[in-house]
Amino acid sequence: MLLDLDISKTMRSGQREFHLQLNYVSHGNRLVILGPSGSGKSLLLQMIAGLLTPDSGYLKLAGRTLFDQQQGINLTAQQRQVAFLFQNYALFPHLNVRQNIAFGLRRGLFNPRPQMASETVDYWLENFGLESVQEQKPHELSGGQRQRTALARALVTQPRALLLDEPFSALDPDLRIHMRKELRELQERLAVPLILITHDVDDVKAFSDETLCLKDGHIDCARQQIIQSSLAPLP
Amino acid sequence: MDAVWIALSLSLKVAGWATVLNIVLGISVGYFLARTRFFGRDLLDTLLTLPMVMPPTVLGYYLLVLVGRRSAFGSWLYESFGINLIFTWQGAVIAATVVAFPLVFKPARAAFESVDAELEQAARVLGVSEISIFFRVTLPLAWRGILAGVLLAFARALGEFGATLMVAGSIPGKTQTLSIAVYEAVQAGKDDTANMLVLITSVVCVVVLLTASRLAPGRVAERRR
Repeated sequence: MLLDLDISKTMRSGQREFHLQLNYVSHGNRLVILGPSGSGKSLLLQMIAGLLTPDSGYLKLAGRTLFDQQQGINLTAQQRQVAFLFQNYALFPHLNVRQNIAFGLRRGLFNPRPQMASETVDYWLENFGLESVQEQKPHELSGGQRQRTALARALVTQPRALLLDEPFSALDPDLRIHMRKELRELQERLAVPLILITHDVDDVKAFSDETLCLKDGHIDCARQQIIQSSLAPLP
Repeated sequence: MDAVWIALSLSLKVAGWATVLNIVLGISVGYFLARTRFFGRDLLDTLLTLPMVMPPTVLGYYLLVLVGRRSAFGSWLYESFGINLIFTWQGAVIAATVVAFPLVFKPARAAFESVDAELEQAARVLGVSEISIFFRVTLPLAWRGILAGVLLAFARALGEFGATLMVAGSIPGKTQTLSIAVYEAVQAGKDDTANMLVLITSVVCVVVLLTASRLAPGRVAERRR
């Protein structure tokens, strides 16, 4: 059971109000959350990561309670030990690729040094073909290299789950197909639970174990084992 | 001649301490105002910016009323710790700190607000503590913007006259800073001393401004490329 939740959250912005009300239990090791912008899928992902607190309910990830309003449980983002891949990767612009990947390994008040020695970092640099750019800053990288750096940074701390926010939207179409395949293989190799949010039906096809559709803060449909050939265009 | 160097070293001491205090206070307050939302935040920002527009003599008067021995705070300081700030160089430090404070906290607030909150969230998810996030992500990204303000604050503290005169007076060798010494020299008709003091002040200010403009965010980014 990857995800088990029953949460509600109300967001206010000026006169506008947005209600999120979700109750869902997932079964597979891969879950794709599909919905148009404004459906609340990003809010849901932030609540799983601990970057946003639900108003009420409970939230369990991979058998571990992350939030339970009645029991007064609310783990901080730091305690949740999940990896979060941001849409624009959120790489630290003042650190090079090696430092970015090593960031989560280093505790204390100082950043890892530019040439910090670490077998784990070396492993991921090699795994993602980033050795040649390890001393470059994020703005000098290509889109694919940025995504791989962000993935390596997220995976280096051995997270309990991988959360991805529209991971392929910033890539051009060819690279998108390639990175989908790469991520899928990586996920199967590491057997790390994966939750991916997207508005792109192609992402559903690539990670098609289980799909949760959101619309206006509510569950619109929940289909398991969507068969690619019978996949109807979603609303 | 010696009097000139004494005034200069006193000025540097006062401005240096005022700058150190402002780095701590300005960065803390700037960060606080950038990251929290509460009723009256804009009013607080306005009040803290007042030293930039108010006549220094008015500020000096406020400080006299606040820390003078007849005030509650001033008498408490004196009764409890034997500290008297009026007519001391420490009093001059406080005057210079207050006058130069907006020059640090304003750019600091703007610099902190310009740091992408998503980068801090990314660090949070990676398990890094909040205090580490401040020193490893937020401060390094905001630092260039803050540094330019710090140098301007140093220059402003160096040139402080009005509030310092009100609080610390003009005791040669003790509280008579460079800018006050210039005034005294001119009043006493000592043109040679005045010329020397003015020249030194000008050189120091030009050096500070040149350094500040080299550290300004745009310039650094240009050189890095």
